[in-house]
Amino acid sequence: MDAHVIKKDFPILKDKTLVYLDTSASSLKPNNVIDKINEYYKEYGVNVHRGVYNLSYVATSKYEKAREKIASFINAEFEEIVFTRGASSALNLVASSYGLTNLSADDEIIVSELEHHSSVLPWQNVSKITGAKLVYVPLNKAGRITVENFKKVLTIHTKVVALTYISNVMGYITPIKEIIKLAHEKGAIVCVDAAQAAPHKTIDVKEIDCDFLAFSGHKMCGPTGIGVLYGKPDLLAQMPPIEFGGDMIDTVEKEHATWKDSPYKFETGTPPIAEAIGLGAAVDYLDNIGLKTITDHEKKLSAYTIDKMKEIEDIEIYNPNTDTGIITFNIKGVHPHDAITYFDGDNISMRAGHHCAQLLIKWLKVPATLRISFYLYNTVEDADKFIKSLKNARDFFKEVGF
Amino acid sequence: MDKLERLYRQVIMEHYKNPRNKGLKNKDGYHKVHIKNPSCGDDITVETKVEDGIVKEVNHEGSGCSICCSSASVMSETLKNKPVEKALQIKDEYLKMLMDKDRDETVELEDAIAYVGVKKFPARIKCASIAWKAFERAIKESE
Repeated sequence: MDAHVIKKDFPILKDKTLVYLDTSASSLKPNNVIDKINEYYKEYGVNVHRGVYNLSYVATSKYEKAREKIASFINAEFEEIVFTRGASSALNLVASSYGLTNLSADDEIIVSELEHHSSVLPWQNVSKITGAKLVYVPLNKAGRITVENFKKVLTIHTKVVALTYISNVMGYITPIKEIIKLAHEKGAIVCVDAAQAAPHKTIDVKEIDCDFLAFSGHKMCGPTGIGVLYGKPDLLAQMPPIEFGGDMIDTVEKEHATWKDSPYKFETGTPPIAEAIGLGAAVDYLDNIGLKTITDHEKKLSAYTIDKMKEIEDIEIYNPNTDTGIITFNIKGVHPHDAITYFDGDNISMRAGHHCAQLLIKWLKVPATLRISFYLYNTVEDADKFIKSLKNARDFFKEVGF
Repeated sequence: MDKLERLYRQVIMEHYKNPRNKGLKNKDGYHKVHIKNPSCGDDITVETKVEDGIVKEVNHEGSGCSICCSSASVMSETLKNKPVEKALQIKDEYLKMLMDKDRDETVELEDAIAYVGVKKFPARIKCASIAWKAFERAIKESE
């Protein structure tokens, strides 16, 4: 894979001066995805599952074909894939449906301080309503979730384990397979937030044996407004829908109604059709390059960048041993929002703030951080431009008196 | 980077390093407003005391970037001891300046004019306005 060639697939990168280092927030979209979305609107932009006419049949089959592609992308079955608005709504669906139905005051939910707000707040809500206790896995010194520490909080009361696959701030990969095995031995189910994993590494839901797994389209070259919930079929079957309306019903009477089988009982209303089809195209795009190739490329770039960053004085790196393309840092004495404006001046897009992970920012004991994240379209030249800008930024803020 | 340099070199660094009117009194007769920008972590509380139509005191406390913290300090110094009407007028003209809107240039913004460069950095307008908005709310709520 040559990232210089890959860049040509992404129309935003026509601007040769742009260095895009904020993929963890949202990735850029390649032409084949944009074209597929346009094709839907231009050629068969009608509703799915409803019309008994040819166009609707075409739209429905393309929409369902996307579900099939996404299923095989994570080694799941067709009926195990529920389309949602994003990873956040997928994780909320698990908490609001499975969590509120199955948990009570004697139960415990294991989460961590590494979680994105979307992976912890739905369970905080379940805890408030049901009285189930939220338990945090203690992070190790580097800020990782370890199997050892997980064992310390896993008990016979654990009913749900909700953890991230890859931290969106630290870039660490959770030893999720071992954790899932241990959780299952205690009879708990495991809900995996894979928003940062699906775009960057191969996921095999059968191999890790997770019960639920969620991710978003827009972080993996797909459109915004579409996400995926994978769920084991027996769990999805027993879960009640949380949204009611068109398309999800079987029969409707005045006083009661029955639902379609999963996944359709969770997909009421006209779904994000163009977005699902666009996500299918994104999966094609990533499959064609190969997730393993992408993982290696990002890892190489982050290792290279961290080595260079270490040579610069006054740079504090919070995850020097990142497993992925995510690097979180600060320039000593400079608030990240001051720093970000400098990088922006060099047309480098990156993130400053708490990254929707306030618990981790508190754990790090900093007000906020800077974060860069690499993807398949980033090159060594991008890394060099960032390093040059970082040095200049450090000098500039020193100069003006920070 | 010239425009960024100009932005920081003026009063901003001076007020960032040596904030005026920092620290709240938390006493009767003072009105307090807390504003947070959860996306970046700026967190400012502004406290005002009005007597006989005059803004007798403006204090602030909080944390954030240099633009946010320094602008709270500059705001407090600019608006202290002004008649309420005048203070609100300066506040309006200051916010118009940040948004690059037509403004009445006869209204003297004093040191706050240093933030004229912020309009070149749209992503930072929020940082420069948060304390001023807190002031506006504190005055309105105490009326």
